[in-house]
Amino acid sequence: MSVTRETLIDFIYDEVRMLDEGRYTEWLNLWLPDGHYWMPLDYQQTDPINQTSLMYEDMFMLKLRVERLNGARTFSQKPKSRCHHVIQRPFVDEMDLEAGRFVTTTFMHYVETRLDEQQLLAVTARHELSLVDGALRIANKRVDIVNCDAAFRNIQLLP
Amino acid sequence: MGRYDSPAALAALVQPHQVHRDIYTDQEVFQQEMKHLFANAWVFVGHESQTPNKGDYFSTHIGTQPVIQVRHSTGDIHVLLNRCPHKGTKIVIDRQGNTGKFFRCPYHAWSFKTDGCLLAIPLKKGYQDTGLEDTDSGKGMRSVGDVKNYRGFIFARLAEEGISFEEFFGESLSSLDNMVDRSPAGRLEVVGPPLRYMHHCNWKMLVENQTDTCHPMVAHESSAGTAVKLYEELDLPEGAPKPAAMEIIAPFMSPYEFFEGMGIRTWPNGHGHTGVNHSIHSDYSAIPGYFEALCESYGEEKAKAILDENRHNTVYFPNIMIKGPIQQLRVFIPIAADRTVVESYIYRLVDAPDELTARTAMYNRMINAPTSIVGHDDLEMYERAQEGLMVDGMEWVNIQRLIEEDEDFEIEAVENGTTERQMRNQFHAWVKFMTMGQTAEAAE
Repeated sequence: MSVTRETLIDFIYDEVRMLDEGRYTEWLNLWLPDGHYWMPLDYQQTDPINQTSLMYEDMFMLKLRVERLNGARTFSQKPKSRCHHVIQRPFVDEMDLEAGRFVTTTFMHYVETRLDEQQLLAVTARHELSLVDGALRIANKRVDIVNCDAAFRNIQLLP
Repeated sequence: MGRYDSPAALAALVQPHQVHRDIYTDQEVFQQEMKHLFANAWVFVGHESQTPNKGDYFSTHIGTQPVIQVRHSTGDIHVLLNRCPHKGTKIVIDRQGNTGKFFRCPYHAWSFKTDGCLLAIPLKKGYQDTGLEDTDSGKGMRSVGDVKNYRGFIFARLAEEGISFEEFFGESLSSLDNMVDRSPAGRLEVVGPPLRYMHHCNWKMLVENQTDTCHPMVAHESSAGTAVKLYEELDLPEGAPKPAAMEIIAPFMSPYEFFEGMGIRTWPNGHGHTGVNHSIHSDYSAIPGYFEALCESYGEEKAKAILDENRHNTVYFPNIMIKGPIQQLRVFIPIAADRTVVESYIYRLVDAPDELTARTAMYNRMINAPTSIVGHDDLEMYERAQEGLMVDGMEWVNIQRLIEEDEDFEIEAVENGTTERQMRNQFHAWVKFMTMGQTAEAAE
């Protein structure tokens, strides 16, 4: 495939739709095996390793997270949570066609709900995408929550 | 008159084998806790590395009391109530910062030295001959009753008079000692901001859970059990490195026998710890260069002794837990009978390899974050309990696992790792500090 700004933007829209519709197996298949999903704890955090983050998950952890959502004894998911993303048109920040490497930034409102509770998070997602064997894949994803220093309730699904 | 304004009424909520649900659900009991328990006990405030320089401050709460930990010009750390003595305005709002040589109230510019003493009032002649100096307002920002810096950890007692730091903690300080000794320099430094996690339950449910060794393999089956299953499906060759999650999360699936054998130790005044003999932290892989650095500082024998301790959770009554082997501290800050904020801090071992900090940060986010697949199930259990306790006509909560006749909580004891003795120990201390210092007439 030839990557254009539009294919990158469509990719981001498709990804959040997968998350909102709970198509997690499909979502995991978007990832490259060495990828990390990073959700910093600190505002403008630069180090994911040597200080606490909300999430810094490799493929094993992401698979575990997805597998757990469907488990018979996943008590915090009885009943299940639901989520909903509203996203702005992604910015294409870097577009290296030769290397097949792309970076996008997307502003989103993320809603997660379960029983009578609903929370709204304003987030910024930064995607590093790579073109591998003719398909776009997620190399890394960073999700910053605008009020990252607030005391949160459970965040159980994936912003 | 409320139902719970007498020591006798409060003491009646605790029986040897059970406690009344009002301890968790009743807002009047909660207010009495803030007035008595959190005033009489020594409560964790912060770590000295959060305020390393003169004028550095950090704002937090002791119970529901807003306080400021501040480094005074002498280098000592003071703990002041976060209220202008004039009109009540909070002096600082941000979580941390540097105030220079003095605090200045943003409302009327009353200013105070960093030990709380009144420094200046604009247009002071307006108070001439009014007797301001005889009022609380004229005395500056109020300090807590007493402050102790124990190896970098700042504790405070709100009450002017009361139990000494040494008597309150006694031998339990061995857990804090072990955590600090794990640094070759004998010093810890806070790393980053804490995780902050809002729970709609009573603060004591969280404290009790720290030594509840019969819940991990049940409540956490969905995370720890699934991790073990996924790992087996990977079918990695012998000797291949395990995914990091396995080292941290999988031990939660250990069988009952493991937790029985780990042992629980209790100390007077409500302190205690799991993991006397071994713990879920025992089998962490060695970090190259760390043991050598410890030997350099302490000699091989003491270095081994330091690392041979694998205490799991140490509860410091009333409201913190530390994990010595990974330098984590969690504080359970009470907001209301059914509201608690949990803040989970991690510390760096000064002069130890960075890999240790990385593992600690990993533990913190995997287990205790609002995004943690382990934390989710804990919160679910607490909040179901908070709601379930509203059932009338069945108003007692059971704490009698492995109870013995005439238990004496004023002595140290080591028991089977699945005993609920530490929960009983906490409630024994709860009654002690809830009723401490109240007159005999009030007790009747």
